Amino acid sequence: MEPPAGVSSVSAPPRSEPRTLAPPERRTAEVTRVERLGAYQLIAARDTEGPADPQPGQFYMLSTAERWGGGADERPYLPRAFSFARIQSGELSFLLEAIGPGTARLAELAPGEGLDLVGPLGVGWRPPPEGRRPLLVGGGIGTAPLVCLQDELGPAVPALLGFRSAAHAEAAALFAAEPAVATDDGSRGRQALVTDLLREQLDRDPEAAVFACGPPAMLEAVRALCAELAVPAQLALESGMACGFGACFGCVVATIDGYVRLCLDGPVLDADRLESAL
Amino acid sequence: MVELCGIRLDGPVLNGSGTFDAIAARRAFGDALLKRFPFHAFVSKTITIAPRQGNPPPRLWETPTGLINSIGLPNRGLEGFLEQDLPELGELPVPLVVSVMGFSRDELAILVERVGERDEVAMIELNVSCPNVETGLVMGADPAETARAVERVRPLTAKPVIVKLTPNANKPAGVARAAEAAGADAVSLINTLKGMALDPRTAGPWLGGVTGGVSGPAVRAIALEQVHSVSRAVAIPVIGMGGIASGRHAADFLAAGAACVAIGTESFRDPAAGRRVTAELGLLVRA
Repeated sequence: MEPPAGVSSVSAPPRSEPRTLAPPERRTAEVTRVERLGAYQLIAARDTEGPADPQPGQFYMLSTAERWGGGADERPYLPRAFSFARIQSGELSFLLEAIGPGTARLAELAPGEGLDLVGPLGVGWRPPPEGRRPLLVGGGIGTAPLVCLQDELGPAVPALLGFRSAAHAEAAALFAAEPAVATDDGSRGRQALVTDLLREQLDRDPEAAVFACGPPAMLEAVRALCAELAVPAQLALESGMACGFGACFGCVVATIDGYVRLCLDGPVLDADRLESAL
Repeated sequence: MVELCGIRLDGPVLNGSGTFDAIAARRAFGDALLKRFPFHAFVSKTITIAPRQGNPPPRLWETPTGLINSIGLPNRGLEGFLEQDLPELGELPVPLVVSVMGFSRDELAILVERVGERDEVAMIELNVSCPNVETGLVMGADPAETARAVERVRPLTAKPVIVKLTPNANKPAGVARAAEAAGADAVSLINTLKGMALDPRTAGPWLGGVTGGVSGPAVRAIALEQVHSVSRAVAIPVIGMGGIASGRHAADFLAAGAACVAIGTESFRDPAAGRRVTAELGLLVRA
């Protein structure tokens, strides 16, 4: 019998998926560093009990070991999903912006305090198709999972980054070489959308393979452009999650095969599996 | 060691149906999950006769110490479950409870008969209370409807039948009594409480399914009272759940009359919550 759409990949995981297994419990990592990066913060923690080799594009469920809750609207309650930005000699780092009760509490963490985490979870970026040159395209906080991808692929891999303003664009410092930057207000780099930069770059190099992460509207523009130019693209999507390991069925996104749980089959999906990234 | 409906369990901590997908979790955690399995019996996600995609997103909303979900029972359907999921669930190191939901008594009968004949299955739980699907609420909210459902399936399997009670009933203890009289071997409660959240930007419903079910510590006091009153109304074992996040909470539910407890939303925060609750409960009992 043909498995129903949307739940087809539950018990037949592709063997080659870029996934490092997570320990089956929440653990506490010690925060080692909190760095201000313009509008963002980079939080680094020593994850001694976790694997040293999470795959770029994988994510962790984060909460604080102390005082998780009791913030605005008596929240947060559930952990928050974050792709990791970088892992370097056992130190795991995350890029965050305080936009709600969960991120606000995480942003208060100080060195020596506990960061609770479950992960790495999900499947990360797959290698580019044979003969294609990787091209990283990031928007805002979504630049995070491209940092570790560039660490893995090499500093010569070009990155196109879009931000709201110069304050947000300080996250570009996480990338090697000099990434191309566009801002909404022109306060740094070009006043343009990152997809404008992408179109120009793909005109120059139609043999690229795109790795993109950013807000839904940006990802949808990337998806549509890559579909138009027949350029392969992988998109790291975001969806509200309660658990991160397939238990709650809350994070589904619509694909051409029906709903898939983003925490299990993503967060990185091939763009051609989506009719829309919105 | 605990005995539930004649089935021996290594301890009293189960999972609530639909709050842990052991097959998905094995994909994320590997076989370490089996070596450190969080529960003493595993309750499957609810299966239906036909495959279901579930409700459109968004499906989740965080509340003060809780969660509203509107998932809509996505599952492979009976045949897909029997062929693909059940063999893998049979590899779990603990007894398996399969949760089923029928949109009619005939459907329920087919589900119970087909699931009950499989060796991997230790017990069957009847989901008559899922608030996300209209008919589920109807069956479990009414004692006579519940009794008719249990009477219909009771002769079809020799395996223990658990009735999952809904808290969205006028008198859950009355429904529990009706289930017991009709031949149920145990009752479990509570399922989620019906709830709603509005989109802060539009003031329209946030959830794709419009309404959802509330769970987590926010519902614990309500769950404890219902477990207390149902335990006094029936002689069959009660599996108590609703916001349990620690050994102390589990001990409260056991003291209120539950024979076993189940962990639900807390597993979302920590996949090992079941093991932690068991360990904390052990310390409390010894103390």
